Amino acid sequence: MKVRRWLADRWVMGVALLVLGYLTLPIAVVAGLSFNRPSSRLSYDFNEFTLDNWARPCATADMCDAVVRSMEIGLIATVVSTVLGTLMAFALVRHGFRGRSGINGLIFLPMATPELVMGTSLLALFVAAGVPQGFWTIVIAHVMFCVSFVVVTVKARLAGMDRRLEEAAMDLYASEWQTFRRITLPLVLPGIVAAALLAFSLSFDDFIITNFNAGTTVTFPMYVWGAAQRGIPPQVNVIGTAMFGIALLLVGASSLRGRRARRAALAVIATPAGKP
Amino acid sequence: MTALAHVPTAGGSPAPPPPVRRGRGRLLPYLLLLPGAAWLLVFFALPLLQLAAASLYDPAGSLSTGYAMTWAVGNYPDALQAYWPQFLRSFLYSAIALVLALLMGYPLAYAIAQKAGRWKNLLLVAVVAPMFTSFLVRTLAWKTILSDNGALVGLLRDVHLLGPDGRLLATPVAVVLGLTYNFLPFLVLPLYASLERLDPRLLEAASDLYASPLRAFGRVTLPLSMPGLIAGTLLFFIPATGDYINAELLGTPNEYMIGNVIDSAFLVRLDYPQGAALSFLLMAAILAIVFVYLRKAGTEEVL
Repeated sequence: MKVRRWLADRWVMGVALLVLGYLTLPIAVVAGLSFNRPSSRLSYDFNEFTLDNWARPCATADMCDAVVRSMEIGLIATVVSTVLGTLMAFALVRHGFRGRSGINGLIFLPMATPELVMGTSLLALFVAAGVPQGFWTIVIAHVMFCVSFVVVTVKARLAGMDRRLEEAAMDLYASEWQTFRRITLPLVLPGIVAAALLAFSLSFDDFIITNFNAGTTVTFPMYVWGAAQRGIPPQVNVIGTAMFGIALLLVGASSLRGRRARRAALAVIATPAGKP
Repeated sequence: MTALAHVPTAGGSPAPPPPVRRGRGRLLPYLLLLPGAAWLLVFFALPLLQLAAASLYDPAGSLSTGYAMTWAVGNYPDALQAYWPQFLRSFLYSAIALVLALLMGYPLAYAIAQKAGRWKNLLLVAVVAPMFTSFLVRTLAWKTILSDNGALVGLLRDVHLLGPDGRLLATPVAVVLGLTYNFLPFLVLPLYASLERLDPRLLEAASDLYASPLRAFGRVTLPLSMPGLIAGTLLFFIPATGDYINAELLGTPNEYMIGNVIDSAFLVRLDYPQGAALSFLLMAAILAIVFVYLRKAGTEEVL
């Protein structure tokens, strides 16, 4: 009876941990393979330990060029889509206007459309319009699919905001601009930063839409795709592992900051009025 | 990255939109919307129209000689006739992957939301962690895991689940496993968001009223997690059906999905009318499924 009880209590957690194992196993493999000296170009098996790949990550120059290009595209697409999306989020949460359902549909549809369809349709448009494909057509495509995610993310933050803080500022004779600058923006900023990070990671990792609109420009995912046919240099796994490490650091830093902010807020609340 | 946890917040009743303003400031919302909406109209909506047009071009044309618009409706049945197996396979594979993902993802989301206690955030990060690194590099890692010389295949051969020459790589199993793996986080996150709001006292009440755990799940947990379940299945199913990376990297041409065909129609065979017709069919099929599903589930504003 006791055993059954114990099992009934724990089996969900057991399954959950197994599934987490399934989700994280490939990352461990990528990290492991970054220290591998493959036996041949087309081999994916672990062969021999080496530090060479980490010592010379740019041994295949094409790959590093592709990484840099992906970063450039990611940065431009992030800035543009974050600005466009944030403006739209403000309009949607703060203002009444005609045609709201149309705008909502325009924002929702790109998230519900398979990437394949967005990629091919944009290709059809560029070809019909005679636009040569390359760096800038990739940027255009990335901004297009990032905007919706920015709107949704910023909107969530804005909708959860306490309007009374702004009203209080206005009551204390802050102008509309001052209120925006000193109250609204700082409060929405975490949402905007989250949206920007999301946009960058979506752009950096996009393959399908990019593949149809890149012309001869090679981004990192496109490099990996091409290399998969010719043989993958082990440095690809170095980049994969490094990306993972950087993202993990960012998450760790933001959660630490969040905890410190929460503690500071608690301290303020706990301190009796009048004392610093 | 971390933001993904906030994206698909399902359910909850949204605040009513603010009223339309009069006089000064009336134009402001339109100015705020203009750049983003224009971008989406020109680079999302307009291309779809162009795709529809391209699907009706004369199939006798070519990229170099140009295409003539002949309203060739016949492109659609022709494309379906040539590639219905890949079409069917796309939906079959992603449906099987979805079932697998639900079996894995529901317990995972439930455990994180209700049982993890102070480990909750750490486990959530572990769910999103795969997305921290490149999709393609992760998918290639499965080539190593499922390799004929790998530990997994060796083990399965030893226990006779696989024959002595049996393999995992380059089989439908590998493609479905890859699809399940790649899109599982999209299912788990909205599900988690729903389950996190579930009040555990409701389950205690059910059990006090002599409901078996199974009955309590069916009558309390499952209905209350519906918004997350719906959002999650859609976020999983839509990209999985249109995916062709897993079929290409983990399968063979025998496992090709409709995405592989469309990719080659546009980039290798340069048969635009056919590629456009197939793309449009894929979108129509997915949209039809989504609308029927949402109607059945009776939920608005899921995403």
